[in-house]
Amino acid sequence: MEKRSGSEMKAISVRQGWLWLGRGLGGLLLLGLYLVIERGGNAYLQRLSVLFLINLMLVVSLNLFTGFTGVFSLGHIGFMALGAYTSAILTLPVTAKAANLPDLPAPLASVALPFLPALLLGGLFAALVAGLIGIPILRLSGHFVAVATLGFLIITRVVLINAEAFTRGTRTFAGVPPYTTLSWAALWAALNVYIAWRLKHSTLGLQILAARDDPWGAQGVGVAIGRVRLIAFGISAFFTGVAGGLWAHFLTAFSPNAFYFSKTFEIIVMMIVGGMGSITGSIVGTLLVMSVTELLRNLEPGVTVGTFSIGPLYGLSQIGLAVLLIFLTAFRRQGLLGDREFRLEALIERTEDWIREFRVPWKASSVREADPFMRR
Amino acid sequence: MHAVGSLEFWIQQLINALGLGSQYALMAVGLAMVFAVMRLINFAHGTVMMGGAYIGLLLLQRGLPFPLVAAGTILGAAALGVLMERIAYRPIRGAPDVALLLNSFAVAVFLENIAVLLFSPRSRPFPMPALLTQVFHPWGDLFIPSIHLWAFGGALLALGGLAFFVTRTRIGLAMRAAAENPTAAQLMGIEVGKVTLLAFAIGSAMAGLAVLFWVAHIGTVQPGMGFEPVLKAFVACVIGGFGTIPGAVLGGYLLGALEIFLQGLLPSAVVGYRDALVYAVLIFLLLVRPGGVLGHGEAERI
Repeated sequence: MEKRSGSEMKAISVRQGWLWLGRGLGGLLLLGLYLVIERGGNAYLQRLSVLFLINLMLVVSLNLFTGFTGVFSLGHIGFMALGAYTSAILTLPVTAKAANLPDLPAPLASVALPFLPALLLGGLFAALVAGLIGIPILRLSGHFVAVATLGFLIITRVVLINAEAFTRGTRTFAGVPPYTTLSWAALWAALNVYIAWRLKHSTLGLQILAARDDPWGAQGVGVAIGRVRLIAFGISAFFTGVAGGLWAHFLTAFSPNAFYFSKTFEIIVMMIVGGMGSITGSIVGTLLVMSVTELLRNLEPGVTVGTFSIGPLYGLSQIGLAVLLIFLTAFRRQGLLGDREFRLEALIERTEDWIREFRVPWKASSVREADPFMRR
Repeated sequence: MHAVGSLEFWIQQLINALGLGSQYALMAVGLAMVFAVMRLINFAHGTVMMGGAYIGLLLLQRGLPFPLVAAGTILGAAALGVLMERIAYRPIRGAPDVALLLNSFAVAVFLENIAVLLFSPRSRPFPMPALLTQVFHPWGDLFIPSIHLWAFGGALLALGGLAFFVTRTRIGLAMRAAAENPTAAQLMGIEVGKVTLLAFAIGSAMAGLAVLFWVAHIGTVQPGMGFEPVLKAFVACVIGGFGTIPGAVLGGYLLGALEIFLQGLLPSAVVGYRDALVYAVLIFLLLVRPGGVLGHGEAERI
């Protein structure tokens, strides 16, 4: 620990003060936003907010694996499907089971769990499957993993369609209790973001990032690449499964078509826009992409401007996503934030720097050199 | 249906496998050629097929005779492939593998939804001439859909022509050189850009030929129709060894045989899981023989 002078210590405590003030303001802002949406009674806004939080979980979880390990997964929506169907089957009331799923095996047919245990079991089931397929698949690298995980997605779909006793096959699985509220979604999304953040800044997280940036070097210092990747895969699958459960109990009716390619594509675009490996980037990416697709979706039924009108434009939102991704891969492959994070500390440092330069502009350069906190 | 295990059963299955395998081989070749010259897994290959099919449908609705419709489908697909390379892939040549893969996904989604926009998401009937849809009954219960014969003959001609082209012509040799080592090929005065364009054109034309048989099978055209074939072509490439033309052809026929025989031999309770088994084979092969059944190389491992 290096020795610090009195003025340095003072600077640190001032900075800590600003930091806590910033955190408090941010927390209050989020709480206020939550209350406005929750109490405001705008059903459209509430619906969008819940979907945003669920998408956010999907994106952060995907990023937690793909962004942190650098291994591309195209199969995450398969985990979402596993979580959705598991928790939906577990919570479906017994009478509804007798009517809709007459062939359900005995122990499942007579239980109807509350929401939380069903969600957890859905997530755990997804994590278990991730562990099983992860052991072989994660030994591959590059686009071979992408392809193998895509194979997993297709296998999941085939199983969902054929395991009619559990899923009703291609028919709609309906009557799921509408348990998902804004508060549930907000709590889970917050937990997901928090865990991802802690993971990224933990020893394990550093090992995962090291294995991504320099596999040989990481192996050289004793990082068990296969194991750390598998752990990230499992955590990621767990939260993806929970997000699937939340989604199932929000929409209450769905079919295997919901968990396929277009959802996969949507989530990937959100992740790439925000930046692979950046959690705060995922938040921005999800928000941005959802705004764009929602806007385009509202144009899909057709537009009339004065006397000029365009007929139905189905597929417009998907086209928007595709064009966005093409431009990103061509011009800004790292997305908005790359794998960096938006941090309050950095914002405060930058503001302090700016204020100092503003006050004593003729001294600005020397002040910057003397400041022990300026890291460039 | 024949009794499982009878001679007729096996002959029937073999004919079906050759018919289906020919289609897969034609689709897989395009994927393999593009992968060989630019290390791109072109997921938009399926939308090239879809685009060709819609062009064919438009020509058919104009009342053109079928041979012209077929030629239009093939040329249309080739043109689409060339445009795709020029507009979407040329700018990001040399990008990391995954960026290329994602870009091709985006191109596939883009084209598919353009088709939704232009032609609506509904499937449309694509009436084929009787010559392609009739079924022969040579003897017993045996039935030979003529489409299988057309597919097999078409694949034989097209793939034979391709083999001659890549082994016996200068430009074919250049293409192989570019696939082997693009930098060295460029230094030797080969225009790798042109070769890539040619690979897209030929591969897409093959896809255009394949889609004729595919459409004759399913009878309709639809914006999402390219998704399943491209995945199958992809599996075929993995089975045979990615990025080689002989591998793609062999993989196509092996995949066709695998599907047909699984379909015929699996008990009816689990036959719905056939595709799950096919993709399980894909994952298994990626692990144990990433170079495919013809390959010898090691996998890209961590």
